Amino acid sequence: MVAADLEGLHEPAVRRADLGLRVHWCVLPFRVLLVLTSHRGIQMYESDGSTMVYWHALDSGDATPVQAVFARGIAASGHFICVGTWSGRVLVFDIPAKGPNIVLSEELAGHQTPITDIATEPAQGQDCVADMVTADDSGLLCVWRSEPVFTLLTCIPGFGVPCPSVQLWQGIIAAGYGNGQVHLYEATTGNLHVQINAHARAISALDLAPDVGKLLSAAEDTFVHIWKLSRSPESSYIEAAPLL
Amino acid sequence: MSVRTLPLLFLNLGGEMLYILDQRLRAQNIPGDKARKVLNDIISTMFNRKFMEELFKPQELYSKKALRTIYERLAHASIMKLNQASMDKLYDLMTMAFKYQVLLCPRPKDVLLVTFNHLDTIKGFIRDSPTILQQVDETFRQLIEIYGGLSAGEFQLIRQTLLIFFQDLHIRVSMFLKDKVQNNNGRFVLPVSGPVPCGTELPGLIRMFNNKGEEVKRIEFKHGGNYVCAPKEGSFELYGERVLKLGTNMYSVNRPVETHMSGSSKNLASWTQESIAPNPLAKEELNFLARLMGGMEIKKPSGPEPGFRLNLFTSDEEEEQAALTRPEELSYEVINIQATQDQQRNEELARIMGEFEITEQPSPSISKGDDLLAMMDEL
Repeated sequence: MVAADLEGLHEPAVRRADLGLRVHWCVLPFRVLLVLTSHRGIQMYESDGSTMVYWHALDSGDATPVQAVFARGIAASGHFICVGTWSGRVLVFDIPAKGPNIVLSEELAGHQTPITDIATEPAQGQDCVADMVTADDSGLLCVWRSEPVFTLLTCIPGFGVPCPSVQLWQGIIAAGYGNGQVHLYEATTGNLHVQINAHARAISALDLAPDVGKLLSAAEDTFVHIWKLSRSPESSYIEAAPLL
Repeated sequence: MSVRTLPLLFLNLGGEMLYILDQRLRAQNIPGDKARKVLNDIISTMFNRKFMEELFKPQELYSKKALRTIYERLAHASIMKLNQASMDKLYDLMTMAFKYQVLLCPRPKDVLLVTFNHLDTIKGFIRDSPTILQQVDETFRQLIEIYGGLSAGEFQLIRQTLLIFFQDLHIRVSMFLKDKVQNNNGRFVLPVSGPVPCGTELPGLIRMFNNKGEEVKRIEFKHGGNYVCAPKEGSFELYGERVLKLGTNMYSVNRPVETHMSGSSKNLASWTQESIAPNPLAKEELNFLARLMGGMEIKKPSGPEPGFRLNLFTSDEEEEQAALTRPEELSYEVINIQATQDQQRNEELARIMGEFEITEQPSPSISKGDDLLAMMDEL
């Protein structure tokens, strides 16, 4: 378990009282890296936190004086680590099996507003299957395939509220929104199949237990809910039921 | 961090300060014309054009200590004087009140309505002074122009920036404790009943759709809260019904303004820890303070207007007691300005104002930043 303690950080690159300090374990085929994002850039550590293997400073070149510059949203996809930024670009880092020779291999375009979250799942073994979803402040979701190259498959438009959190499981996209709703979409088509009026305030985070298909939503209304995700046996449409 | 947070923080805290001062002036039976003069002087200093210009520049938030210095200067912009203990208490009340309002905003954007509530009431205080009214309206228009078009995501960032500023502040306020909106450990109670925000549906419904978007199934569930439909949306115009009550004057009914100072050593201890920790931003903060104070025009009093001291506590003894329990580290070396000796006071004020301008002083060994630090130490 990692707790991001702002008091304890003495890295010169990470300022005190930093916003958006996100932490994520990235599980790659041959190693696990601990990735931190902040308003200065992206840090990657060996999984025991002992050594920093890579530091990427954010390029604030295009930012106007009123724009906040930061990185937000971290996910592992195959041997890549994807990190979202304030501009909407998603940075894709190529990670070797060991050592610090990490390279920024491309920047994905698709979003115009700051990235909020990224979700990935291992490809299900079929062709043309979506294995990554990116979300942003406008509520837009972009659905990607990572093999053989990162390709944008479809976009799901927002509706005026941010999408702070997104999950991907068995071709189902679960998105939590600033108006307290959880939406479930079919990743291949982008169609909305389930709309849950889940919370009375903005959703802070979603988490998913992949072995049992249970989705957890936490929101600023102080409630936590758990939902069971499934597919209808007849139509194979996505369904959800409240558990807690 | 959002670089557009400072104006909202400053104006709302300033509004709370004025509410509290207004209530204390009435409680202490300060004559009406003197009370009005104090409020007018502070408001006109707050909304001074040059000051507002500096304030609205995109910039990061600085520490609570830096901000407190501004409010201390503001509170002394007139013939009223506050002791350190009273100033501490004033600042505590101001910050906890605005923290409460930010936490309870239904939508991140509603912090703008809270700001407008403060400004509406401020305009009520100065309704007989058209020049100051104009200054406030000008600021109002600037707020509408800058914040009116921000997206929900940008307001969420502002909200988070504000909440980080208020993190770990758990001072107990007697009024909040009485109303049961704050617990004994200083944490605020987040209500799970009442209206949902505008744009949010009542929780409790799952709808399922087919490939054509037609609803094929629905499930209702018990949410756990007790919510009702959203009211109509408040107005974001210069004039209009705000609907939201957060940010209106909660002291307008004559209620005693107290903070619970028992257990205060814990409160002040956490305050102190943050204050005395070496701040890598010290130089930047001082530059910011110097610029803001430079824009503050402290009016020279016309004629020998006798000053007076305002007490935030219910008795002088209480204030003295509070002063004794203040940790050493928090004491600034403050120049005691005797309000009765106007000549001396004018000169003192002029000297302080002069010191806050950044002048190129030839100093062989120390940098400009250290100069400012030295100046602050001398105060």
